[in-house]
Amino acid sequence: MHEMGIACSILDAVANEARRHPGARAMKVGVRIGELAAIDPEALRFCFEVMVKGTEQDGLQLEIDRVPRQHQCADCKEEFVIRDYDFRCPRCGTVSVDFASGDELELTFVEVSEDESSSAGTKST
Amino acid sequence: MNRVPLERKVLSENDKLAAELRARFHEHGILCLNIISSPGSGKTSLLERTLESLPRETRVAVLTGDIQTENDANRLKRAGFPVKQITTGGTCHLDARMIDKHLAGWRLEDIDLLLIENVGNLVCPSSYDLGEEAKVVLLSVTEGEDKPLKYPSIFFKSELMVLNKMDLLPYVPFDVAVAEENARKVHPGMEIVRVSCTTREGIDAWLAWIERRRQSARAAAAVAGETLVAAPGAEPGS
Repeated sequence: MHEMGIACSILDAVANEARRHPGARAMKVGVRIGELAAIDPEALRFCFEVMVKGTEQDGLQLEIDRVPRQHQCADCKEEFVIRDYDFRCPRCGTVSVDFASGDELELTFVEVSEDESSSAGTKST
Repeated sequence: MNRVPLERKVLSENDKLAAELRARFHEHGILCLNIISSPGSGKTSLLERTLESLPRETRVAVLTGDIQTENDANRLKRAGFPVKQITTGGTCHLDARMIDKHLAGWRLEDIDLLLIENVGNLVCPSSYDLGEEAKVVLLSVTEGEDKPLKYPSIFFKSELMVLNKMDLLPYVPFDVAVAEENARKVHPGMEIVRVSCTTREGIDAWLAWIERRRQSARAAAAVAGETLVAAPGAEPGS
């Protein structure tokens, strides 16, 4: 149960990003969570909602993109999702243990509102 | 609405500090192992057997994590090597900041092997890089053979599984072959050693694994040293 700490890290990152956009407000943050990341997305959502409530980040939404375990075939280079620990490539049948993705715990984006105070200084690049 | 792409790790602050620790360990040729298991699998017992088996001149140091008490450090100090307890006060894992803080006061040039005993937990420690060279996961035969399937992250990220309490096999319905097959389902090719901290069965195989890894760490440090000599203009961290 370390989702509270993870939620805290996400909110710190959002606050840092929001400071770079004076006058704008962070509305939504995206995270990518692999199935091997040892994070329970529902517990993370619960912690996140508890932590933003009553703060200046109240209303901030969390978008979670879950990533399955994927391997890349050593022979034909096909990337495929691993289900039930079956490591055979669906295209050519080679057993592949080359891990490709599925342990991510990453921030993907922050959505900030258009500048609420003035039109200067928050140009999107 | 303005969408700003971020594309960085959630724990990037921890990972940054862990990378700095790893660079310091490499520089000094230190092999650092992060030992993880459920509470009661035998991490402290494994460390006791390890410390009492090492020659007195071995330059080993231990950091041991728990939520409360100095009990583990007191057990491990009996072997005469430097040991520090990290009490997290409630946190269910160690993080890089705690390691950095507790290394203060130790001269890294006097250490060859740094053993870190994480807080007993198969979930949270898998998310936090401590700067270790390898994670080692313990499973004991009094647990379920399906633990690797239930907690895949830590078995996937650990390079070695130590299967402990082998002396208790006659008394428990534990199938070693199934447990090892499950570990290798999650982590194909995973290395495994079977030990008993009570009878010392398998401890030599565990020590041999450490020794192999120590030699690779030393070789890597030597190569890094030569690279620095060859390129005196290169500033680390620049």
